[in-house]
This record gives sequence, C-alpha cells and structure tokens, in this order.
Amino acid sequence: MSDVIAKRQTAEVASTPRVGVTVQTANQAADALGHKMQVEDFSLYYGAFKAISGINLQIVEGRITAFIGPSGCGKSTLLRSLNRMNDLIPSVRTDGRVLLDSTNIYDPRVDVVELRRHVGMVFQRPNPFPKSIFDNVAFGLRRLKLSKSELEDRVQESLRRAALWDDVKDRLKTPATGLSGGQQQRLCIARAIAPEPEVVLMDEPCSALDPISTLKIEELMMDLRGRYTIVIVTHNMQQAARASDYTAFFMMNEQRSGEMVEYGPTGTIFTNPQDKRTEDYITGRFG
Amino acid sequence: MKTLNMARYRRRKLVDRIMRSMTVVATLLALIPLFLILGYIVIQGASAISWHFLSTDYKVPELSLDGSASDVGGIRYAIIGTLLIAGTATLIALPIGLLAGIYLSEYGKGRFASFVRFATDVLSGSPSIIAGVVVYIVLVKTTKEKYAFYGSVALALLMIPIIVRTTEEILKLVPQTVREAAVALGVPQWKAILTVVLPAATGGILTGIMLAFARAAGETAPLIVTVFVSNSVEYNVFGSMGSLPMYIYRTLDELTSPEQYKVLWGAAFVLTALVLVVNILVRVATRRRV
Repeated sequence: MSDVIAKRQTAEVASTPRVGVTVQTANQAADALGHKMQVEDFSLYYGAFKAISGINLQIVEGRITAFIGPSGCGKSTLLRSLNRMNDLIPSVRTDGRVLLDSTNIYDPRVDVVELRRHVGMVFQRPNPFPKSIFDNVAFGLRRLKLSKSELEDRVQESLRRAALWDDVKDRLKTPATGLSGGQQQRLCIARAIAPEPEVVLMDEPCSALDPISTLKIEELMMDLRGRYTIVIVTHNMQQAARASDYTAFFMMNEQRSGEMVEYGPTGTIFTNPQDKRTEDYITGRFG
Repeated sequence: MKTLNMARYRRRKLVDRIMRSMTVVATLLALIPLFLILGYIVIQGASAISWHFLSTDYKVPELSLDGSASDVGGIRYAIIGTLLIAGTATLIALPIGLLAGIYLSEYGKGRFASFVRFATDVLSGSPSIIAGVVVYIVLVKTTKEKYAFYGSVALALLMIPIIVRTTEEILKLVPQTVREAAVALGVPQWKAILTVVLPAATGGILTGIMLAFARAAGETAPLIVTVFVSNSVEYNVFGSMGSLPMYIYRTLDELTSPEQYKVLWGAAFVLTALVLVVNILVRVATRRRV
C-alpha cells in the first residue's frame, strides 16, 4: 500500500511545476511543492493547562496531510488552531506562530472571519444547517453577491466536486437533514469547498460514517487533492496510510500535553518510522 | 440458567404496576380541573356567542321591573382593546426579550449573565400587580394620566422575562456544531446567529412569545391601576381603552340577573379563543419555508 503512495508521489513530483520554496527537512525532500501553512513553535493552553506544546510543522500545498495519534494527543486542537476555531473557547491562549502563506494568522491585525474564508473546515459529525440542500451549499457564497444563475452554477459545481450532485439534483430544495449520514458529510464538504478556500481542514470526517461512506469520502479527498490543501485528523491509521501524502504523529508527553513525535511522507512514516513510539503506534502496540 | 425467583419477580412486577398507576392517577388529577374549566367555558361561553355579542359595545344594564334581563350589549370594544394593549406590549417586549435571550445564550458568560438570569427568573415569578404598581409610580403618578399604553408597558414587564428565558433555552438547544459550521465558513458571529441559529429555533421562540402574549392578554391587575376603562371602541393607545379581562372584572358588579352572567362566560371564551387564534395565525404566517 505504501508503495502505491510512494509511486504516486514520485509521479506527482515529476509532473508538478516546482513552486520554489526551500525544502526544510530531510523528510520532505521527496516533494518540492510549496508550504501552504507553517506551524512554528506553536503551543496552546486551556487556562493553565498546556494542551499542545512546541509544534513545528509544514503543510504542503495541494497535498493531503494526516494527523494521527492516540486520543487526547492534541491533534484536533492543533487542527482547529489552523483556522482559529479555538478562539470560540474563552480560556484559550496560544504561543508561537502559524503562517498561512507568509501571514501569521495569530497576528492581532488578522481578521479571523477573513481567515476562515481561506481555511475551511469539515467536522467530525455531519452538521448541515436546518435549511435546504441548496441553501447549505450556498451559505458561504451569499456574501459574494452572485447573480442567481452564477450562484446556482457554483452550488452545482461544488456538489459535483463533492460527488453528491447525482444523489440530490432532484431535491435541492428539500431539507438537508433528510439525507443519510454519509450524504450529509459530503454535503458539508460541498459547503466547505463552495467558497473556494485554499485549505480544507477535516476533523475525523469519517468517524460517524459507515465503511462505504468512508470510502466515498476518501475517494472524494483524492479528487480534491491538488486543488485544495487538505489537512485531516484521523483515528484510523489505515485511512491515513491510504489517503494521505504526509503524516504527522502526535503523542501526549509526561505533562499530558500533546507533542509531535514524527512527521514525514506517509510512506516513510508507515514503512520506516524514525521514532520507536511511532513504530509502536502504527504496528498497533498501543493507542 | 438459574431458576427464576418467582416471589421476587412478582414483587418487582407489583411495584412497577403501583408506580405506574400512581403517575397515571396524578396526571388525571391534574387534568380534571383543567378540562372542567375549559369545558365549562366552552359550554357556557359558546351559547353566549352571537354576532350581536361580538359586534356591539357594552350597554349598562337597566333595571327592569318585570324581572326580565335587559340587553348588556357586546364586547367588540374589549376584543379590540385587548388586541391593541397586548399587541403593543408585545411590540415593546419582543425586541428587548429576544435580544436579551440571544445575549444570554450566545454571549452571556460570567457573573453579569448569571445575575441577569437570576433577575429574570425572579421577575417571571413576581405577581402581576407589582408590574402594575411600578408603572403606576413611574408613569401614572408623574404624568397624572392613565393610558392604555401604560397598561402595555406593565404587561411588557411581565412578558420580557418569559421571552428572555424561553429564547435562551431554545437557542441553547441548537447544536454547537451548527454554530461552528457557520463560523468556519467565514461568517461573522452576528450573521451566524441571525441566519442559522435563530431560524433553527423559530418554532420554540414563537412558543415563548405566544406564552408571554397569552399571559399578558389575560392579566387584569396591572390594567386596573394603569388604564382608564372606556366602554366604546378606541384605537388611540394614549387614551382610555376597554379590554376583555377588565370587561369581566367590571361587569361582574353591574349584572343583575343570572341570564346576564352568560356574557362573562362569553367573554372568557372569547379571551381563550383569541389567544388560540393569534397563536395559529402567527404560526401560519411564520411557517418555516425550507
């Protein structure tokens, strides 16, 4: 399986024009695409508790990066830090920087509303609005003040990209809550990609879904790859191995705060991990 | 498998049955007075309803020598008065109550919010005459006037805590994940509340508003101290006005024959039906179009 991923990456590198950003660590030498986001010495506190500690990480443009690790290791918290969803929790404080292209998103001058238009998100449980299917997808597009036909085109295109168009084209005006769980999650993906964000964050998007729906979401991620930079948190190691280009492994340290243990191309992490803890985790010795 | 302990099994069954029958009996006991009152109002009231009763105004009954009941007119002015007074009260209470409820649910954390919550709970339990007295002291005493509008202010004081608390509770039922989804799409929080959270909670919020309206429409005490009663149709809220509760309260003294008492049941019936009709109208008008 990792062979497949490695081959695919080689092929991609050959065919993709170089963006010309310096490759920073040996692990990423295989891929010479730009870094869409960079996490630098990032820590996050809930009150006095340090939930994640000193994370350094580069997220490669147009690729799928998976965050794996046991429960409570801070991977979801880190993911939610990438579009500042943690701002909604009052006691949260952060240290360090997170760069989107070259802008530090924690700079006080950054408009968090604007940031989230560039960095969209799909959540653990499908959370469609109690509105029609059409209105769900159109929600993030309303501010663009498109004409009716433009709006309809964008909604249709997003639904197509989320592989949901054929399922729902005859009932766009019906409530989104009438869809099945897997369909709802694909609707949420359509909703997230409709405003054309540059980065899409996915927080365990398949954890509430059955295997068939999970497969569909993974196929969908593969389709979206290249067009969007995707970061996915997953509990499912097979999923990370199947559907990601890069993998970051997180664990809790002695102070119970999350740390990144290892990061690199998914093939390397799963076949030749550098850290003993990574190896133990991916071989199923704990977690 | 071990053999079933029959004695214990029977005992458990018995206790279960006793508990269940107790809840049923208690439910029935609670419902009996309710149905008696409603039923009596409907039976007595419906027979008092006539076009004459609904379309004319009050006439002071005359003493007749032969003992026959004289015509006491109708309640048109009181229906219009109640709709105007309670409607104006809703106009005052709705924006305040709704916004305060949104504040408590969406922004309200910390001591100030807890204090507001406590205060609204106390207010919603306070007797209605208190609201009347407050308005009497603040408005009636200072302006030396009794306006229908002052009655509306007093009723609004009673409505606000009900609207605040139901709005807060209903908004809290909207899943946090839905708010997150909206905010993650790059929408400011106020817009997320307005376009996603509030529409998702419309039904419940309307219920709260209708509860408050129903309470206000039936209140008598605050109106006694704040509004001069008129016995004819009035449309100016800055003047005297009749209302259904005041009609019942006042007419009680002036009626002479049992025949005439029927109008009281009629008025009670109309008051109940009015709340119901307004409720249905509001629901039809705001029915969620998905």
